[in-house]
Amino acid sequence: MFTPVLFASILPEILILILAVILLCVEPFWKEDQRRNAGWLTSGGLFLILIISLLFGQPGEPTSVFGGMIRFDWLGFFFKILFIFAAAVTALLLMDHEKAGQRGEAYVMLLASLLGMNLMAVSADLIMLYLAIETASIPLYILAGFLLADDRSTEAGFKYLLFGTLASTIMLYGFSLIFGFAGTTNIYQLSQLFASGGISVLLAFSVVALVLIGIGFKIAIVPFQFWAPDVYQGSPTPVAGFLSTASKAAGFAVIVRFFFVAFPDYAPSWTLVLAVLAAVTMTVGNLLALSQTNIKRLLAYSSIAHAGYALIGVVAFSQLGAASVVFYLAAYIATNLLAFGVVMAFSRVTGLEEITDYAGMSRRNPWLALMMLAAFLSLAGMPPFGGFVAKIFVFAAGVQANYTWLVIVGILNSIIGVYYYLNAMKFVYLYRMPNEDEENHPVPLTRPYAIALAVLVIGVILVGTVFAPWFSWSDAAALNLF
Amino acid sequence: MNFPILSVITFLPFVSAVIMLLMPANRKNEIRGVALATATADLLLAGWLYLQYLTGGLTGYQFVETYNWLPALGISLKFGVDGMSAPLVLLTGIVMFTGVLISWGDYDEAHHLSAGIQDRPREFFAFLFLLAGGVFGVFVSLDLFMLFFFYEIAVFPMYLLIAIWGWVKTREYAAMKLTLYLFIGSVVALVGALVMYWTQYQNTGVLSFDMIQMESAGFSASFQYIWFLPVFLGFAVLGGIWPFHNWSPDGHVAAPTAVSMFHAGVLMKLGAFAALRVGVMLLPEGAKQWSWLIMTFAAIAVVYGAYIAFVQTDLKYMIGFSSVSHMGLVMLGVSTLNHNGLVGAGVQMFSHGVMTALFFAITGMIYDRSHTRQIPELGGIAKVMPFATIGFIIGGLVSMGMPGFSGFVAEFPIFMGVWGRQWFVAVIASISIIITAAYIMINIRKVFFSPMPENLQEHHIGDVTVLDKVAIATLCFCMIIIGIFPSVMVPMVERGVENILRLLGGA
Repeated sequence: MFTPVLFASILPEILILILAVILLCVEPFWKEDQRRNAGWLTSGGLFLILIISLLFGQPGEPTSVFGGMIRFDWLGFFFKILFIFAAAVTALLLMDHEKAGQRGEAYVMLLASLLGMNLMAVSADLIMLYLAIETASIPLYILAGFLLADDRSTEAGFKYLLFGTLASTIMLYGFSLIFGFAGTTNIYQLSQLFASGGISVLLAFSVVALVLIGIGFKIAIVPFQFWAPDVYQGSPTPVAGFLSTASKAAGFAVIVRFFFVAFPDYAPSWTLVLAVLAAVTMTVGNLLALSQTNIKRLLAYSSIAHAGYALIGVVAFSQLGAASVVFYLAAYIATNLLAFGVVMAFSRVTGLEEITDYAGMSRRNPWLALMMLAAFLSLAGMPPFGGFVAKIFVFAAGVQANYTWLVIVGILNSIIGVYYYLNAMKFVYLYRMPNEDEENHPVPLTRPYAIALAVLVIGVILVGTVFAPWFSWSDAAALNLF
Repeated sequence: MNFPILSVITFLPFVSAVIMLLMPANRKNEIRGVALATATADLLLAGWLYLQYLTGGLTGYQFVETYNWLPALGISLKFGVDGMSAPLVLLTGIVMFTGVLISWGDYDEAHHLSAGIQDRPREFFAFLFLLAGGVFGVFVSLDLFMLFFFYEIAVFPMYLLIAIWGWVKTREYAAMKLTLYLFIGSVVALVGALVMYWTQYQNTGVLSFDMIQMESAGFSASFQYIWFLPVFLGFAVLGGIWPFHNWSPDGHVAAPTAVSMFHAGVLMKLGAFAALRVGVMLLPEGAKQWSWLIMTFAAIAVVYGAYIAFVQTDLKYMIGFSSVSHMGLVMLGVSTLNHNGLVGAGVQMFSHGVMTALFFAITGMIYDRSHTRQIPELGGIAKVMPFATIGFIIGGLVSMGMPGFSGFVAEFPIFMGVWGRQWFVAVIASISIIITAAYIMINIRKVFFSPMPENLQEHHIGDVTVLDKVAIATLCFCMIIIGIFPSVMVPMVERGVENILRLLGGA
């Protein structure tokens, strides 16, 4: 029984699959020096898919389709749009990566991972969810270790694989226990069974803890964050950007749906656990970021901290909380991709990644410096960039839910954040190159970077100033949870 | 619909900043031209606004514009000015205009004169205008969310402006210290604001950041008692309140001239104004209960700031600490919570803003030519820079509170108000007037009228440029006109104060 709703519910995925197949068929016939064009194809295709999905793939009333495997609602749809956007930008950033960008496999892997993430956002069934998570993760293991000649990249890929499989195994164990207790794998039926009190709180809690380990690994919250800095540093930079944004947001999509829908009755206890985790995550991430000298490691720790801020919205367990998480992730995806994009653009020309290497950057390319400023100020939570509004919404949700102490921890943390973000900007604007001859060392931007970075910087400013439409969508997404 | 003058004033600097960033970096004079045109336009608009309010006999919030921004959370872009904020909008316009003039930056080969901003003027003016736009936004916002939005915009360009164009020796330290202090203050106040927002929702069922609405939110006395201090002090950090004033003199000293002018002239008013608008006006019961503490802090700041200024040997540090002392007077006026004190505080904000901008402008001119700010190394400036000397003396007279100048119009009601509350605080605080007179006169004699040291003569110090003179004359004009005709400002501030007193229950 194939109805239009079924078709609409997986429209983006169908198109992504078609795009991947086209790419696979076309790419081998291209000459070596043309392979870079796979990036144009991927990115252009994804933007087209984005528009088509917005036009024809919009959900109506939340419905379960494919035998309850997939939930077709605004929450999933909004996340899908975010993922497709992130992948399209990542494809652009990947194009001029010297080693990874010339190979079509990289783009196919990206699309495969995107497919998995999209399904993560809409899964309404534990089996579907597990498959989706694996589909999203396995291509990322490969992409992280894509630079075969680079030891650090190989290490990154292998480390990510080991940690990732371990975490997903534990999560799978949790899923199987849930099935054992509840007799169903459908997330939307779990809540009734757990609410009926047929299972002891302690037992339910340990099962949830197992699942939390798996998802905690995806979103890199403390204490499951150990892989992140090494993997980000070793991976090709655009992949690191994708890992830290889309992959993390996918984890949040799961966490929001899973906890809000399946365990609303245990909310007081799991929100407390998540609140503690959020506080620890923010603090550890920010404190460790203070001492970093490598820009990618700095961004890695900062992205750990940002997972902590976003968790405040989950902890709030309210409609505003869910909406603020979604909004936060939208702002964060644009911001962090921008930050990684700038790092990529800079290291492509210079081959350098230490923060001290950024000395004199504002004289070498004023525009790149301004974009970096926008990204870092947004990460620090300064207006008129997205990070400011996003942070205030999350904090507002926290205060509303009487988690004022958590908000205060978050605010103290954002002060630490301001310090190290501005410290990095000090090199860009204040310091000079050893011989003060910046005009002889320009940092030119190739066209893909110029397009990608311009789109991102406009996005970051739009989210931060004209925030009403984004918030309405986030709110519509959140509404589907209650 | 009427001409949206407040949005134009606020957003013009932002638009101008973007335009300047889009211009090629080597077209320095065109960039400066755009900056000056914008600043002039903003000054004229602000002046027109001020005159309308003054001569129209307007009361309450006027020129109100409301745009729904995010109705779901009750966030709206709501602008309006009253008798308190209209002078501050004008002040910002004046400081912006004169700041651009003295930063023009040209290089005079004959006199080895390198004044103003030579290095990357495009970025400098763009960041300066982001700051100015943020300041305008805070003064005109009637929505708490938007107030924070603009408040933060006004904070972060300071870091870049000081760190990039500041005084090499201390700029990194001072810029970071300043940013962290102000950021901590603002986020502490933010927690308070969010709590107020939700409490209002619980009390009245209204989900809104509108400050006029929040005035009748019915916060309980105990709630106000708890949350007044975080909110008030969070903002007052930017107002340079003792014991959180530490960032301020360091920031003044490290900042380039125009930024010092903005910083002391306008930014510190931002803190005092926001503390008054959000702290006192929305939590009046809390203000009554804590006014003794604010008064103590302010009185200490007044005397302590003056004393520290007295012992400084660096001209900029001296002015920096005198700002702490004078801003202490503003806080003292606020803490009285009575008519005289508040009127004095309102006028003092304007008067001190103009005066300190003038001081920093002239100090910058002297430093550019003599390459020193150490008072013992200076001398005989009056002969070579007569125009600047006259300006500095007028500023000094204002600083001392001499009748006939704006400082008197401001300080006299403050002391009257304080006397009405606690006479001995007035006595203690008035010591500062003597100390101020002492250090101002001693330093004017040393810097301007003592014989010029030999090593200074080698610098061939020349007179100030025409643009500098325009800036000095503009600032002096404001101080004298208010001093002679207090009616150009006092009645207007009084109308603003009436509103505050109404919220305080006619106290």
